[in-house]
Amino acid sequence: MNDATTDVKQCVDEMITQIRAEIANNDLSEMLMIGIHTGGVWIAERLHKKLNIEPPLGKLNIAFYRDDFSRIGTHPQVTPSKLPFDIEDKHLLLVDDVLHTGRTIRAALNEIFDYGRPASVRLAVLIDRGEHELPIQADFVGKRITLKQGEHAKLTGPEYLTLEITGTE
Amino acid sequence: MTGNNIQLDAKGRLKHFLTIEGIDRSLFIEILDYAESFAAVGERAVKKVPLLRGKTIANLFFEPSTRTRTTFELAAKRLSADVLNLNILSSATKKGETLLDTLQTLEAMHCDMFIIRHANSGAAHFIASQVAPHIRVINGGDGRHSHPTQAMLDMFTIRKHKPDFTRLKVAIIGDVAHSRVARSEIHALSVLGVPEIRVIGPKTLIPNDISSLGAHPYYDMNDGLKDVDVVMMLRLQRERMCSALLPSEHEYFKRYGLNEEKLALAKPDAIVMHPGPINRGIEIDSQIADSERSVILQQVSHGIAVRMAIMAMIMGSQSEEAH
Repeated sequence: MNDATTDVKQCVDEMITQIRAEIANNDLSEMLMIGIHTGGVWIAERLHKKLNIEPPLGKLNIAFYRDDFSRIGTHPQVTPSKLPFDIEDKHLLLVDDVLHTGRTIRAALNEIFDYGRPASVRLAVLIDRGEHELPIQADFVGKRITLKQGEHAKLTGPEYLTLEITGTE
Repeated sequence: MTGNNIQLDAKGRLKHFLTIEGIDRSLFIEILDYAESFAAVGERAVKKVPLLRGKTIANLFFEPSTRTRTTFELAAKRLSADVLNLNILSSATKKGETLLDTLQTLEAMHCDMFIIRHANSGAAHFIASQVAPHIRVINGGDGRHSHPTQAMLDMFTIRKHKPDFTRLKVAIIGDVAHSRVARSEIHALSVLGVPEIRVIGPKTLIPNDISSLGAHPYYDMNDGLKDVDVVMMLRLQRERMCSALLPSEHEYFKRYGLNEEKLALAKPDAIVMHPGPINRGIEIDSQIADSERSVILQQVSHGIAVRMAIMAMIMGSQSEEAH
């Protein structure tokens, strides 16, 4: 299933279909959207536009919440998180590009709860590559893929989004 | 004094933060950019991130300080570190324990970082050269030598208002001779490419060799303030004044205190800075200190973000040694 030709646009459309259905079924018209830096923000920007979500898009940089700081240290350039709304008692849609171990999502949830107590948090990802290490699942998935050990899926952008699989020999 | 390279590790990453000397422009900018993201944390409801959870930071103050100590403490707490405040003036050293014994005791308590404020120049360097390899040291001000975090937060504050350092005229006014702040500021301003650094004060309070640091001395404040973009006032360090270098405080304010009249000589959008604590009516007129042009309180808030960035960076360099 190593197709490097994964069509990002098609995956985004798939996410939109799933999210629209959920919004209709659960009256989530007031939902706030948050993208995780950097690839998650790119995907969220597209979803945000196509779903006509009124409140501005929130952007989360989880660099200060990573669980591997004591192993890899700091990353010099950290674009600050910006949640331009009050999340208290709101329904949130968290968006990321690739779901793998689940550790990024764990960090993002921790950071979100430092801003307040949302009513609910749903997770949308472009790619779910499996091999989760935490009990975290996505509610909306653009595409599920399986990668070999040592392979990485990386989204490049921001203008033209392409999914690159690296580490293949 | 030992060399400055002690503050960088083999990969050129910041290991200790002891002085501005030896920090090149790109590392300097990296610290300022990193501080920017911590400033955003200070505006949230929960002003805390878990970056240094489980780390212990000891504030070792051999000299009284309120502002520097509390902002370091707050910065450490906002990074989720545990903080020990040791006022060494009143503790073990009085019982005869040597400095190195005190440090070893703290190491045995598994401290990860020492923040040092000391009346002797070079104290933080000395301590950095003596501690176990995993321990990090930050200079919170040593004698007349250096106060690098103050210079860093002042550059952060200047950049907020005047982003292009290469077009600035900056004047530092007051007791330059006794000021570690002034020395660090001059180094920082030159690293960032400020073309004109002026120091203003009475001859007795301006060191003879000041031009070797790249600063131009002015003994008349009216000349020195002309067209400057940034006015940095220094505190008159009365406690450091050993001999009669000054006429009287009243006379000093007349000649070197900042009032409306003198400030009018600077550029109309010039900002006024002071490292605090301010002596109202001695270095600075109360109205100016409280005016819109004063960024004195911003300096305090920025001090927390800048200290968070420096602490996080140097603890980050601990990482690969352990693995």
